[in-house]
Amino acid sequence: MGKFEVNLKINDLPVTIEEGTTILDAAQKLNFRIPTLCHHPDLCVAGNCRVCVVEQTGAKTLPAACATPVAEGMEIFTNSAKVRQARKHVVELLLSEHKSECTSCYKNGKCELQELAIEYRISEDTFLKLVEEKGYTIDDLSPAIIKDDSKCIRCQRCVRTCTQIQSISALAVINKGDEQKIATFLDKPMHSVVCTNCGQCVSHCPTGALVEKNYIDQVWDVINDPNLHVVVQTAPAVRIGLGEELELSPGDRVTGKMVAALRRLGFNSVLDTDFSADLTIMEEGTELLTRLKKALVDKDESVKLPMTTSCSPGWIKFIEHKYPEYLDNVSTCKSPQQMFGALAKTFYAEKKGLKAEKVVSVSIMPCTAKKYEADRPEMRDSGYKDVDYVLTTRELAAMVRQAGMDFSALENENYDSIMGKSTGAAVIFGSTGGVMEAALRTAYEIVTGREVPFENLNIMPVRGLKGVKEAKVKIENVKPEWGFLEGVELSCAIAHGLANAKILMDKVKAGEADYHFIEIMACPGGCLGGGGQPMPVSDKIRQKRMDAIYQEDESLEFRKSHENAEVQAIYKEFLGEPLGHKSHELLHTTYKKRKKY
Amino acid sequence: MTDVKELIQGKIKTFGNNRTALMPILQAIVEDKNHLDEEDMIEVADALDISTADVYGTATFYTFLDTIPRGKYVIRVCKTISCHMAGKDEIFDTLKDVLKIKEGETTPDKKFTLLIANCMGWCHKGPVMLVNDDIYTELTKEKVIDIINEYQEK
Amino acid sequence: MDAKKLNKVDLIFDQEGCNALEVLDKALECTPDDIINDMIDSGLKGRGGAGFPTGLKWKFTRAEDDPVKYVICNADEGEPGTFKDREILDKVPAKVFTGMAIAAHAIGAKKGFIYVRAEYRFMRKTLQKQVDEFNQILKDKGHDFHIELRWGSGAYVCGEESALFESMEGKRGEPRNKPPYPTKNGYLNKPTVINNVETLVYATMIFRMGPSEFNKLGTADSCGSKVFSVSGDTNNPGIYELEMGLHVNDFVDEFGDGDTKAVQIGGAAGFCVPRKNFNNLVIGFEGIPTGGSMMLFNSTRSMYNVLHDYLEFFTEESCGNCTPCRVGCQQLLKGIEAVKSGGKSPSYLDDLKSLAKTMRTSSKCGLGQSVANPFISIIDNFKEEIIY
Ligand SMILES: Cc1cc2nc3c(=O)[nH]c(=O)nc-3n(C[C@H](O)[C@H](O)[C@H](O)COP(=O)(O)O)c2cc1C
Ligand code: SF4
Ligand code: SF4
Ligand code: SF4
Ligand code: SF4
Ligand code: FES
Ligand code: FES
Repeated sequence: MGKFEVNLKINDLPVTIEEGTTILDAAQKLNFRIPTLCHHPDLCVAGNCRVCVVEQTGAKTLPAACATPVAEGMEIFTNSAKVRQARKHVVELLLSEHKSECTSCYKNGKCELQELAIEYRISEDTFLKLVEEKGYTIDDLSPAIIKDDSKCIRCQRCVRTCTQIQSISALAVINKGDEQKIATFLDKPMHSVVCTNCGQCVSHCPTGALVEKNYIDQVWDVINDPNLHVVVQTAPAVRIGLGEELELSPGDRVTGKMVAALRRLGFNSVLDTDFSADLTIMEEGTELLTRLKKALVDKDESVKLPMTTSCSPGWIKFIEHKYPEYLDNVSTCKSPQQMFGALAKTFYAEKKGLKAEKVVSVSIMPCTAKKYEADRPEMRDSGYKDVDYVLTTRELAAMVRQAGMDFSALENENYDSIMGKSTGAAVIFGSTGGVMEAALRTAYEIVTGREVPFENLNIMPVRGLKGVKEAKVKIENVKPEWGFLEGVELSCAIAHGLANAKILMDKVKAGEADYHFIEIMACPGGCLGGGGQPMPVSDKIRQKRMDAIYQEDESLEFRKSHENAEVQAIYKEFLGEPLGHKSHELLHTTYKKRKKY
Repeated sequence: MTDVKELIQGKIKTFGNNRTALMPILQAIVEDKNHLDEEDMIEVADALDISTADVYGTATFYTFLDTIPRGKYVIRVCKTISCHMAGKDEIFDTLKDVLKIKEGETTPDKKFTLLIANCMGWCHKGPVMLVNDDIYTELTKEKVIDIINEYQEK
Repeated sequence: MDAKKLNKVDLIFDQEGCNALEVLDKALECTPDDIINDMIDSGLKGRGGAGFPTGLKWKFTRAEDDPVKYVICNADEGEPGTFKDREILDKVPAKVFTGMAIAAHAIGAKKGFIYVRAEYRFMRKTLQKQVDEFNQILKDKGHDFHIELRWGSGAYVCGEESALFESMEGKRGEPRNKPPYPTKNGYLNKPTVINNVETLVYATMIFRMGPSEFNKLGTADSCGSKVFSVSGDTNNPGIYELEMGLHVNDFVDEFGDGDTKAVQIGGAAGFCVPRKNFNNLVIGFEGIPTGGSMMLFNSTRSMYNVLHDYLEFFTEESCGNCTPCRVGCQQLLKGIEAVKSGGKSPSYLDDLKSLAKTMRTSSKCGLGQSVANPFISIIDNFKEEIIY
């Protein structure tokens, strides 16, 4: 289709731009920033907040820049007296319907509404306060997310996120007029509806209306308790995200600084989820090979293929609700967080001569669903709650700030041992396609004795931000014990964001796919775009984080999970072998069917 | 009362298995039982493959798609200006007296629900009210009492 | 101004002079371009409120290159004080259907819908029967066009065309961003002609009488006649078809009760004209436009109550989607209450007027944009009644 160009003027400056572009983007091209609230680069246009209005010569109304395409000969003013008055009114109106308590608000300093209020020097009392009559409620029953309607500005970013990115629509707009608001089905608490706790709504909410449930004070308490031994694990994607929340730039790798900061916060031992990610590959890779053998050689019909990954708790809750008939296809491996937790209170405690009940395990995750996961009753195989507290990347940053650390000035430090060692294969768990790549690096080598046939171990077809990716790897010249895989073309698929997961699962359901192995991450981009990661987020930022992850991978000495010395050691000393008895007890789990609607 | 599943399937046959069938389906259920309950909305969501929150959000947009239980006869009294001037207050007070309920309430025998509504398109003949689908115009106190009596006997 | 004297006309409800089916036969023989040219020549503007030239609307839709197009008859009639569309559908449905069939022929649509507000469900059986009969006639004539009924469920804003499409698509009736317009992206994103019930009947009549005859009625800006819904303090409430472009004064002379202090023209979304302006304002697109609602108030009425009623209406009926309208309506309503009770000083009315102006410029759709009409016209003319 031919693209036409359109000429217009913005603030008297001419600009030529592709037809169909919005006024907002055209202004951006000239470096005029127009304020927005309901607009989000990840989402479809809403045009409901009206804070982006601009003046158009000859038009009676002020068009919304985010929702209006450019037209030939348009004359736009982004900062006229009329525009400023209208914007001010809009922000004043939003504040009048909103419970302003910035000093105690979790979003203070990170709130787009607050920023605009400051920018436009809004006085709070221009209009009457409508808050009292609204009967606003706070839903804090979920272990992961708090929904506070009194902070909501009805921008519907959450609704669009849950629908477009996640295909769930757990949140919807209800009622109309002055009673319009955002709610779940029958306005039930979020923990009781079809919600995956993915937190994408949280990371797209401009205000304090949707936030993660934070456990910062609880974690300070355990740190300060001298009778407790507090171990902390850090997920792969935190090391490429944390910097953003602490005044560095997207894509800055801060692994060493993060370790230093955690140590200074007072954690007794700073360990790595990447260790258990490597462990996951050993378990999951073996599980895949075992399934393949049972299916291909033993013709065992009870073995389900394709096998899907299980590290994303948002994905797990999604499949439990939406495709329960495929639960047997999900790898029984716990997520790395939960493997780590189970080992922290068994293997680790034993090795360190600690009583399990004195060990507190904290994890730093890019994710809100991990908070829910840690709370699942299945996750107590150590005899205790395997992971006591889950903090998001954002919460960790808050603690670093509270501790008064100059994060960017910290010197790099290394993880403690044991359970602190990892490989590049574990790091890439943080990106969509990463688990697949890590699994292939190991499985291929187990089966053939050779490295995966990709340059520098980089399996490019599984990388990138494309929603659904497919790859095929031909297995040739296998070791004798894997003879049944000779010539098999391993068929893989990868999806990130649950809307893409739905596309993939529907394909599987329709029998249109011959995959052996599927990787699914609930969040767009994988964990690097998780619901607990810094805000704002966009594909541009996700790409930078992704680049950082693969740089981190390439910077490491070992890049295959089976090369992790600590992983080798734990099998020798404690677990025996992958899928062995002990593994089953501690590292694997079960799932349950949940209601579909 | 018809089985909701059947009702939904009937409408899907006419309107197709997609979202354009949603309004006719919701309308049919409300016509049948005067409100949508949780199970109904789940059935609808299931049949059209949309989320329950979406069904709920859509239903609550529309005044006539009640999501709370209503009586057999839903009375809607117009409160907008022409009817206001023509004396809707007296009509409404009469109804409250006769039915012994307040706005938004349903009689204990689940027969009547009393609601206030916006302009119904009979402004030249106010005050007016709807009882389910039927319109009553140029109301007086006496007329209202008669009408209620009639429905009491139905 | 070439204002007209009050002149009662009988085009819409005239049964004798117009056999809808004859008109249909005649129209179906014409080429689409001829039909559209006639519509343009007639000067007919939409009778639903916005007043867009009907011929142009059809022309734009015809120009869209899409095999699937729709004709929709907007019978959501929710504007307070309007009740003529119900009467038209009740009395002369065949003329409405014919108008739709003509439009369909002109733009190349095979399917039409009539979206009727829930409050008119008592008409359901009859109307359905009439539609069925008409469809059968079309079928017998070998004309590939079919009309279906759709029902609203109680939401004023669904009369706004894009909200109406959303509603028909099974969604919340929230207006869409414009552009794109319905002529390009209407129902199911297909090119769609949406017209008011009355507009469609005039289309039929223009076919019957010829565009120039129609054009003779009314003024340059407001061609033809229009059906008015008259209510409030009048001895003759009801439905009247009048030549367009008459003076408010003449209207009040005919319908007032002798003590008229103000007329609200165009419903809650329209303008309040005080007695002092009766003489110099014309009812029509060059003066005060109206979808037909004419409410008269005599001196016993409190204009505070009138405005309060309107604002309550908008507060409830706003779809809630955009900030200026959702919150603005609440602020205007609470605002006049606060001024009345003394909680806010009278000068607060100026802040509210300024807010109303922002609502006019910055709201997403016509609902929020028009709240300023009654608000400013009532405040400006009846300030004392609002304050004391
Ligand atoms: C809030 C709102 C309500 C409306 N309600 C109606 C209505 O009930 N009937 C109607 O014909 N047009 C209504 N309109 C106007 C329609 O959007 C549209 O302009 C009209 O149906 C076009 O038909 P016409 O050109 O024949 O007038 C409404 C507009 C707004 C903004
Ligand atoms: S949501 Fe924003 S504006 Fe509102 S209280 Fe919190 S920080 Fe302040
Ligand atoms: S947490 Fe995820 S699934 Fe739940 S409401 Fe938010 S976006 Fe939707
Ligand atoms: S909860 Fe947040 S994202 Fe959702 S509408 Fe409210 S302010 Fe917007
Ligand atoms: S102006 Fe009012 S009715 Fe229109 S979109 Fe905005 S909130 Fe909805
Ligand atoms: S950012 Fe444009 S309307 Fe909200
Ligand atoms: S005002 Fe009551 S029907 Fe119109």
